[in-house]
This record gives sequence, C-alpha cells and structure tokens, in this order.
Amino acid sequence: MRKVKEFIIEKLILLCGLASIFFVLLIFLFLLKEGLSLFKIISPFKFLLGDKWYPISEPARLGILPLILGSVVVTVGAAVISIPIGVGAALYIAEVAPLKLKEVLKAGIELLAAIPSVVLGFIGMVTLVPWVKTLFKLPTGLTALSGSIMLAFMAMPTIVSIAEDALYSAPKTYKEGALALGATRWQAIWRVMLPAASSGILAAVMLGIGRVIGETMAVMMITGNAAVIPTSILQPVRTLTATIAAEMGEAVVGSEHYFALFAIGIVLFAISFAINVTADMFLHKRR
Amino acid sequence: MRNPQRTEKIAFFFLLLATLLIVVPVGLIIVVIIQKGAPAINWQFLTDMPRQGMRAGGIFPAIVGTIYLVSGAILFALPIGLLAAVYLSEYAKDNFLTRIIKLAIVNLAGVPSVVYGLFGLALFVVFFKFGASILSGALTLGIMILPIIITASREALESVPYSFREVSLSLGASKWQTIRNIVLPNAIPGILTGTILGLGRAAGETAPILFTVAAFYLPQLPQSIFNQAMALPYHLYVISTQVPNVDEKIRYGTALVLLALVLFMNLIAIIIRYRFRKKKKW
Repeated sequence: MRKVKEFIIEKLILLCGLASIFFVLLIFLFLLKEGLSLFKIISPFKFLLGDKWYPISEPARLGILPLILGSVVVTVGAAVISIPIGVGAALYIAEVAPLKLKEVLKAGIELLAAIPSVVLGFIGMVTLVPWVKTLFKLPTGLTALSGSIMLAFMAMPTIVSIAEDALYSAPKTYKEGALALGATRWQAIWRVMLPAASSGILAAVMLGIGRVIGETMAVMMITGNAAVIPTSILQPVRTLTATIAAEMGEAVVGSEHYFALFAIGIVLFAISFAINVTADMFLHKRR
Repeated sequence: MRNPQRTEKIAFFFLLLATLLIVVPVGLIIVVIIQKGAPAINWQFLTDMPRQGMRAGGIFPAIVGTIYLVSGAILFALPIGLLAAVYLSEYAKDNFLTRIIKLAIVNLAGVPSVVYGLFGLALFVVFFKFGASILSGALTLGIMILPIIITASREALESVPYSFREVSLSLGASKWQTIRNIVLPNAIPGILTGTILGLGRAAGETAPILFTVAAFYLPQLPQSIFNQAMALPYHLYVISTQVPNVDEKIRYGTALVLLALVLFMNLIAIIIRYRFRKKKKW
C-alpha cells in the first residue's frame, strides 16, 4: 500500500517537474494559435517592416516598424544609462564596499527590484516627466528619454545582482595573485577580476536589457505613446509592449487587430527567448 | 605621470558614485511616496468604496481584489512550484531533460509580463471561457510567479546537507519519507522566503491582469471567482492616467498602499532569510 502511495507521489513530483516545460510550450502555442491567423491577411514581411500602425482605420494598416523602433530607442537609451552605472555599482558592492555596507546596499537594490512598475511609472509621471519638459523646453515631457531613464532603474537591479554574483564567484586566488605581484586593488579589479567575470557580466547586461524590452506599465505611462517612427529621443514613442497593453482592451476578439496584437506578442516572446537562452549559455560557460 | 594610487582613488570614487546613483533615487522615491501619500491614509480611505468617479472615497475594492488575486495565484503556484523544486533537487539526474527544465524555468521568468496577459486572455478567458474573472487572473499570475517559487524552494532544498538524507535513508526510511520528514522541514524558511517574494510580485504586477480580470470600476465587491475584480496596481494606473482631475493625494495614497504592501512582504522575506542564516546549525 505504501509502495503504491509513494509511486503515485513520485509520479506527481515528476509531473510538476515537467510543468515549466509544459507552460513555456503552452504560452508559445497559444500566442501562435492567435497570432499566426494574422499572416493569412498580411505577409509577415509587411507586418514587420510596414511603417504605418493604424489598426482601426479602414482598411487597417498593421506595420509594426514604428513600434519596433520605439522599443529600440527606449531600450538603447536605458542600456546606455544602466550598463555603466549597474556594472560600476556591482564592482563597488562586490570588491570595494566594507562587509556591513555591502549588506545594506544589496538590500537597497533588492528593494528597487521589488517596486512595482506601475508605481515607478506613476513617480516618473509626476517627477521626471515635468523635469524633462522644462529642462529641454519641450511641448511635452512624455518622451523616449523619460522612458529610458525610468527603465534604466528597472534594468539596474538585474544587472547589479547578477554581475555581483559573477564577480563573487570568480576565483579569489586570481585577485590575491595580482595583489601579491604588487598591483593596486583597482588594478586587480580592473585587469583581473573584471575579465575573469566577463561572461557573467555579459549575461547580467543581457538579462537587464531583456527586462527593459519586456517592461510594460511604466513605459506606457511615460513615453507618450505616439506610434510614429522616432527621429529623436526627445519625442514621444510607442513600444511593442505598450501597444499590446493599451489596445488589447478595445480590440474585438477574433478581429485582425486582435490577431496583430498577438503577433506582436510572438515577436516579444521570441526576443525574450533568444536573450534568455544566450544569457544562460554565458552563465554556464563560467562554471 | 601615472600614479596608480591616485588612479585607484579616482576609480573607487566613480564606483561609489554609480552605487549612489542607484540607491539615492530609490530612497527618494520611497520617501516622497510616504511623505505625500501618508496624509491620504485613514480608516475611511482603506475601507470605503471609491466615490465621485474615483475622485473621492476609498480604495477598499481594489485592496480586496488584490488579496483575492494573490491568494489564488499562490494556491495554484505553491504546490506545483514546491513539487517541481523537489523534483529538481531530489530526483533529477544531471542529464538533457534536467537541462531543458532549467532552461524552461529561466524562460518562464523572462517572458514579458504583458505576454503573460496575452496568454491568459487566449487560454483562460477565451479558450476555457472563464471570461475576465478572478480565476483567469489568478491562474495567469500563478504561472508568472512559478519560476520565483521553484528557484527559491530548490535553493532551500539543496542547502539541506546531504548527510541528513543519508542518516534518514540508513535508518530504513524510504526516499519520500526522507523528503517529507527530513528535507522539507529543514527547507521551510527558504521556501517561505520564495513564496513571500512570489506574493509580492503577484501583488504588484499590472500587465498580466489587464485583460484577464481587472475592472476599471465596480460598484460592489466580487461575489465569486467568476467575477471581475478591481486591483490595486490597475487602480493606480487608472487614476493616474485614465481619470482626469483626481486629487494628487488620492494618487499618492494609492501608490503608498501598494508600495507598502509589496515592500512589507519583501522585508519579511529578507528578515526570514537573515534570521535563518544566523540560526543555521550546519
């Protein structure tokens, strides 16, 4: 009797172990199921490279190039801000800060990671957006730049914690060797530890960028949501994620607009899949 | 000309600066929300329905909705996540299948939150015909927090020393008895930490509930899991972008309640982890 019970339990455990694979496949399948219907109406080529997004005009224009470029502009901006600051902070926390301070700083960065994106979006709206508006004398502060700055804060916790982890797990003997040869602490950090942890740091940067591309609420609240091809970071843009979030509420289930939003979902899923698999490879190379 | 000591001082200064550039704004954000939100918080704000098109009154239904959603999500995700962690830590061999499972977990954690919303809409709302309901929203959030729970629980299980298992097995206990009586009890603090972090994440996310459950405004509380519900993060989004002329105080107050809820959970998780580390006997 007990044998039977244990057999059932162990099968259940195996089943739950496989659940993650099941759910990833399920997400992918349902995105495909709804999104691929779009390509009976327009070609994937026209969808990805079309420069007009007018989903409710008659006939609808469903080109997502402006949205892709919107995401790219905001993401590049956020990367430029968050990578040097994030990696710098990781170096400080892992190598320079005294032990007690280190714990406090790590907790502070965990807190940042925990703040819901809608709260950051709200704070961005009431503080950052007016600043950007007055600083650059713009008609509106809802710009790609505001989005980049806010998103940089969402990427930084990811970058700092994973990069710090990578630095921590690089062999201490490397650093000791460098110090013993007369290098200063900074030389040991810059010339020895940083290269030793480089693949982990690269993974950290990639995952941080992945977080930025997928971010939805804050970006929708502060980038202004104009679906035009961006020419400057000081103008409103609309990202892939914000388009789904803003328009799905009005799209009729089964309409081409509905299918198009799912097709954008496929694009986002593919991007995050590529980033995560590559980052995972870098993280495993280290071990 | 090149003075290594001076270079070091300059470099360390910039590293410190980078750290401060992250930590100081975080502190400021929290301080500002507390300062401007605190005057709005009173018993009426927390227990009253929104009034005058959400420009007055309280946020009670949003709080209730979030509690329902978070409870539902954890009810779904904890058993599956915990057993998945047991599989990975106790049963999985170092083979291709395990590698794929781990990769799937990483990917599940990386899927953008709005894509979870799409998925929940397609599977639960449309395909299973649950409609926009607490059930659809809770299941969507549950799948989203699964990787957090699996990862934290697995770490907790793996940190239980191997010798504990050997002793139990050598006394004649079966593998499952060993897991249930020896491994799991010793891993409870870590599992709890992961669960609380998952709760915090589920409470704060907006995009996954946009099309699966969230209601702009409801005049009464949800009666069953097949009803729509209001939720705190969506409510904050609505009153800060969709409804004009909402008193600043109400916006900050709502942001404070949401932030306090999420940070409180994270704080508990941090404390549990810290105390557990201190008390650890092995």
